[in-house]
Amino acid sequence: MSAAAPRFPTPLILSAPAALLFAALILTPLVLTALLSFNEFEHATGRTHGFTLDHYLAVLTDSYYLEIFLRTFRVAALATAICVVIGVPEAYILSRMGNPWRSVFLLVVLAPLLVSVVVRAFGWSMLLGPEGPINAALMALGFGRMRLLYSEGTVIVALVHVMLPFMVIPVWTSLQKLDPAVEQAALSFGASRGTAILRVVAPQILPGILSGSLIVFGLSASAFAIPGLLGGRRLKMVATIVYDQYLSDLNWPMGAAVAVLLLAANLIVMLTYHRVVEGHYRRRLG
Amino acid sequence: MSFLELRDITKRYGTLNAVSDVTLSVEKGEFVSLLGPSGCGKTTTLQMIAGFVEATSGSIRLDGRDITHAKANSRGLGIVFQSYALFPHMTVFDNVSFGLEMQRVPKAERKDRVDEALGLVHLSPYAGRYPRELSGGQRQRVALARAIVIRPPVLLLDEPLSNLDAKLREAMQFELRDIQRKVGTTTVMVTHDQAEAFSISDRVVVMEAGRITQIDQPYRIYEHPETEFISRFVGKTNLLPGTVQAINGLAASVSLAGIPVEIDAGGLVSGETVTLCVRPEKLRLIAAGQGRLPGRVAERYFLGSQWLYHIDGPLGTLMAVTPNDGSAPLETGVPVGVDWNPSVVRVHRGRLAEAPDPTLEAQ
Ligand SMILES: Nc1ncnc2c1ncn2[C@@H]1O[C@H](COP(=O)(O)OP(=O)(O)OP(=O)(O)O)[C@@H](O)[C@H]1O
Ligand SMILES: [Mg+2]
Repeated sequence: MSAAAPRFPTPLILSAPAALLFAALILTPLVLTALLSFNEFEHATGRTHGFTLDHYLAVLTDSYYLEIFLRTFRVAALATAICVVIGVPEAYILSRMGNPWRSVFLLVVLAPLLVSVVVRAFGWSMLLGPEGPINAALMALGFGRMRLLYSEGTVIVALVHVMLPFMVIPVWTSLQKLDPAVEQAALSFGASRGTAILRVVAPQILPGILSGSLIVFGLSASAFAIPGLLGGRRLKMVATIVYDQYLSDLNWPMGAAVAVLLLAANLIVMLTYHRVVEGHYRRRLG
Repeated sequence: MSFLELRDITKRYGTLNAVSDVTLSVEKGEFVSLLGPSGCGKTTTLQMIAGFVEATSGSIRLDGRDITHAKANSRGLGIVFQSYALFPHMTVFDNVSFGLEMQRVPKAERKDRVDEALGLVHLSPYAGRYPRELSGGQRQRVALARAIVIRPPVLLLDEPLSNLDAKLREAMQFELRDIQRKVGTTTVMVTHDQAEAFSISDRVVVMEAGRITQIDQPYRIYEHPETEFISRFVGKTNLLPGTVQAINGLAASVSLAGIPVEIDAGGLVSGETVTLCVRPEKLRLIAAGQGRLPGRVAERYFLGSQWLYHIDGPLGTLMAVTPNDGSAPLETGVPVGVDWNPSVVRVHRGRLAEAPDPTLEAQ
């Protein structure tokens, strides 16, 4: 087997289809987008040609764009933080449940994944709209009508709703790997349940929390449907202005530049976070 | 009233009775071992004392307090888990220090006590390592240090020395015994190593299939096993099936495959089926033609301080152990006579289900 391997490159051949697919469907559009972002754009004719850094300069120096970038990362960070705060205890409680209930609640947690994001966004907008049940209840209680839609808070709540399973699943997986006796050991030394969770369980599931937050942050920062449908015209996020540049202004190079910047910023934030958190547990957990 | 009392403790998993009606009293400062084959309910019993497994019925009292339903973190016991259960994200030092931290021991004292405990288990140079950087035996010693450092009133040890080499194991046994003498810690240790149970326990509890079959001092368990299971499980033994031929006052004559043997009558009746148990070291190998049985050396094994012989004879293969006094051992094939003192024979009433395989008994 090992003797035959060098002559017959099985691993290469086996991974070739996936590699080709990846190159064709992900790398090619990315490269084309990057190239496009350096093209000049003629407003009169809509033609793109030549080479320029104008689009990047425009985005990086315009406070309008900077504000949108800041808002996007603020919303993504908050959504991630809330997902950690809700998702980690949720996963812990799930992992401690007895058998019929555990399966039922795991299904409840994962069920949102079965419904399209767009449908869920419309659900939220019906719920929170001026004539929606929330406002009807507020009116009935005498608080008066409130404008709930098209605010940052609404976008964050909806993002948390969409992203929660992506936090629960990796944390739940790492909880499955824990030896329950380790937590019992902490209890046997007189630790309260809270102390045992904080000092003994949490550090061990840090890798799960880390990967969960990376997924949630990345997806939230580049989310389109939720901010597009719940943020409306007023509350722009990066993904929605990319869409606007492409489809309203027809300024494809500008849209491409914004998209490339979003990708780069996202990468930088995630890599930094990964380094910082991973540095804490690498030596301990190997 | 005893310090630690289990009364009619039962644990049922579905239809399986993992532990049935266990009643056990442990005095303050006593060292008790639970001994029994794999799966007989030792860990389950210990976990019920620790509070991690809820007893299906029965009650547990510690120092006069009913702890049957008390939370595990309110019991204040020092526990060594069978799987060690070290904190994988903490160094050896932090692992050992954790219990002291929970007791709010001041930092300086904490360091001294952790260092002392690590010295006791010969792990001082490893204080800065993480558990995954240690060998199995080293991890086990960290678990031991972690339990003894908090000086608990009761130590629960689940096979605490199973992964150590013979020398280290002996050293740790003496340490355990020493700690227990000095501090007066009440200790309950689970083990399936009978030598370990015998050498350091005040009393040994033999368990079989979830039940206690005998609680006694090590010497008495060995010399006066109450059931045939114990005489087979504890130490090696020769089991000789026979029939009572006649009762003459205090003595009974038993026929072993036609060979008459005299034993104490002790309530036997004529015609009854019995099994005689004789420990291998109680058999004497003497010149051929003398003694109670004729035999021939079939195999011999060198055990260091002793020789173990398998002797073929009219009753099948017998095991005999003689001390190694430095002289040459018997050669295989030579004929010998087998003799024993009548007082060393233990009698179990009834017949064996099947003849035991001596190679299995040697475990
Ligand atoms: N959580 C559980 N669910 C069902 N059965 C269990 C559970 N825990 C233990 N048992 C069963 O209970 C019996 C006793 O188990 P226990 O762990 O007490 O054995 P043990 O005497 O410690 O054995 P060993 O020497 O192998 O550690 C076993 O038959 C085991 O299969
Ligand atoms: Mg066990």
